[in-house]
Amino acid sequence: MKYLVIAAGILSTTAAVADVPELTVYTYDSFVSDWGPGPAVEAAFEEVCGCDLKLVGAGDGAALLARIKLEGARSDADVVLGLDTNLTAAAKATGLFAEHSVVADYTLPVAWGDKIFAPYDWGYFSFVQNADATAPTNFKDLAASDTKIVIQDPRSSTPGLGLLMWVKAAYGDEAPAIWADLSDNIVTVTKGWSEAYGLFLEGEADMVLSYTTSPAYHLIAEEDDSKAAALFDEGHYLQVEVAGKLANSDQPELADQFLDFMVSEAFQSIIPTTNWMYPAVTPAAGLPAGFETLVQPGKSLLLTEDEAASVRDAALDEWLTALSQ
Amino acid sequence: MADCAQPVSPRPGIGAAALVVALIFGTLTAVALRAEVGRGFGASDWAAVRFTLTQACLSAVLSVGLAIPVARALARRRFFGRRILITLLGAPFILPVIVAILGLLQVFGRAGWISSGLALLGLEPVQIYGLHGVVLAHVFFNLPLATRLILQGWQEIPAERFRLAAQLGADSRAMWQLLERPMLIRIVPGALAVVFAICLSSFAVALTLGGGPRATTIELAIYQAFRFDFDLGRAALLSALQLVLTGTAALVALRVAVGEGFGTGLDRALRRWDGTRPIARLLDGMWIATAAVFLMLPLGAIVLSGLPGLTGLPASVWAAALNSVLVAALSTVLLLLLALPMATAVALGRGGAIELAGILGLAASPLVIGTGLFIVIYPIADPFALALPVTALVNAVMALPFALRILVPRAQVVVGRYGRLALSLDMRGWPFVWRVLLPRMRPQIGFAAGLAAALSMGDLGVIALFADPEFATLPLQIYRLMGAYRMEAAAAAALVLLALSMAAFWILDRGGRWHAEA
Repeated sequence: MKYLVIAAGILSTTAAVADVPELTVYTYDSFVSDWGPGPAVEAAFEEVCGCDLKLVGAGDGAALLARIKLEGARSDADVVLGLDTNLTAAAKATGLFAEHSVVADYTLPVAWGDKIFAPYDWGYFSFVQNADATAPTNFKDLAASDTKIVIQDPRSSTPGLGLLMWVKAAYGDEAPAIWADLSDNIVTVTKGWSEAYGLFLEGEADMVLSYTTSPAYHLIAEEDDSKAAALFDEGHYLQVEVAGKLANSDQPELADQFLDFMVSEAFQSIIPTTNWMYPAVTPAAGLPAGFETLVQPGKSLLLTEDEAASVRDAALDEWLTALSQ
Repeated sequence: MADCAQPVSPRPGIGAAALVVALIFGTLTAVALRAEVGRGFGASDWAAVRFTLTQACLSAVLSVGLAIPVARALARRRFFGRRILITLLGAPFILPVIVAILGLLQVFGRAGWISSGLALLGLEPVQIYGLHGVVLAHVFFNLPLATRLILQGWQEIPAERFRLAAQLGADSRAMWQLLERPMLIRIVPGALAVVFAICLSSFAVALTLGGGPRATTIELAIYQAFRFDFDLGRAALLSALQLVLTGTAALVALRVAVGEGFGTGLDRALRRWDGTRPIARLLDGMWIATAAVFLMLPLGAIVLSGLPGLTGLPASVWAAALNSVLVAALSTVLLLLLALPMATAVALGRGGAIELAGILGLAASPLVIGTGLFIVIYPIADPFALALPVTALVNAVMALPFALRILVPRAQVVVGRYGRLALSLDMRGWPFVWRVLLPRMRPQIGFAAGLAAALSMGDLGVIALFADPEFATLPLQIYRLMGAYRMEAAAAAALVLLALSMAAFWILDRGGRWHAEA
């Protein structure tokens, strides 16, 4: 093991930079990727902070929380960015997070009053399909049709869990019946979003669980208007992505500065065309051209974090039972 | 057998095995010790165990069962493109799971080539999702590996035996009873155990092609315990169960795989005189063609979907490719350092425990090993700084079971044939290893190294927990491209990965057998 440490030391590229304070932000992997918001956010923040911003990717939102739990109070992280409201209750229960001081004029579809976590973007879960296909108008309509869908497993995927919550929020005790009716529409269940979206693009299913903003990627980045999100009249479940600072941060002021920066124009204008979500505070210049074509759900559904935490296990059991028949 | 009656010492092998066991059980214990809450086994867990065992057994039996006639045909026939075919046999095995799934579905899926063909004839599409889909995918992954392992068994039979059998007028059936069947009894159980172990820890393949939560495997339950419930105690418990199941399978296989080798030959090139009748040629040709088509179609699909995006690949993909090559190289070296002493020790008669230790690498959940290593390393060192060595080490341990299956039979042959001669010449220790053992094992070392390099290249492994922001491997970059909607670029990057893995496999495998005919 000693040799490994030495070898690692030689091969390591993360040499500490003297004098400049370092702010470590843990986030999900697609945020830090070259195609995500990470590189632009890092450049923009370092311009104003006189610091070194280190973005660390750790799987997805749930893996991120697991990582923080593993590291506990010793964590090097100053800020965690990328949890959603299905995870915030568990995150708060760790006692590792401190209150933030962010004040912003949010353009979220719901009121926001969380003292620990501040939102940075949001989106509606939705089924995405080819624009020329007839879209079902709600879950019952979908279940009655012979439309084939591919979804993600709530046990391993954030959107998968979102769908579970969506059906629960829309139908409550009726949810098991909805799942039972949907079971013959479900082609398969995948481990994560990428597998499901890949299968959909290959034509394995007519629809895939994704976001209302997904068609914006195809429209803006690929100039392809062949994808559309189906509008469901029972409302669409919201995903609000949030960040919080850790109580044991060794850079608390810098962490606060980052959270303030997060809801500022510079950060928020990066989000729409890199994370393909709605910014938490709409930039002064408005949303990028193309976003106006996206469907606007008439009703937003969102379980509070406590509701989400309390129905989660039961909802999973219902889902497993209905789909294992 | 006492140490003094052997040309080399088994101690380095025992040490390597102890290291592997320490890694697997150490990480498992580390995870278990961090457990706060713990939930016992429920009905859904037993359902997961049942499904896991069913699919793993079916996949192992079918993969190995089909591999026998394919390997026999390949052993008996010489034809143009045979070498390339044998190299390509390594390909399915080394693909990242997500790429292989997409490739398979392009052929067998609802909108795949076969379904489209059937639609032209007015027929229903193929129904791929279900237990049979899981088994089909696992056969796609493991048939090639099983074929290579068994083909190697054929090549271990000394050429003199075939010559003698031919002189005595043995026909195909007699050849089978005298030479091939006893060889298979020695080789097949080990191959079965390896494939069973791989399929046991399957997760994404089983879930996607199984068509839903009916196809929940133990590995998925571990994943759920870790990230949905954050119940580390349960994750450790499930992982231990996986180890016990694999360990049992391995023990049974080792117990069954008995029989003496074929003794000494003059190490000369193999020539066959049997199987010359037209019907035998036709059957062999059919087996080879069927296997080739079954394996090549999905690979073809991957190549075709990767080509369009190839020119526009971002520089970061190439940087990641370089990282992957580094990981693969380091992992290959580590693997050989572990596997060669272990194989030698097994050949010296210290079998059971060491072989068992070797196969456990497959059964250990990568998630649990990664988490355990993280828990152990985090207090003493920066996990990011260790991303490269840790990934390489875990990949090496995962490749160890394959390497041992490849190296052990040959090491046994070499020690059996030359051990006493070396002792009588008082040739012990390093000179024996250097002048006798290694040169005679060269093709097997090349094959094992090639497989390890290719596997390591394609494995996402434990990188997720240790991922340094500046250190992305190619599989990770493929996932990131897909996560950013860039499916075309991801397909192109997958093609690069396929090409790199095949190149590494080809170079090492060929390097090992430059003088051999297969």
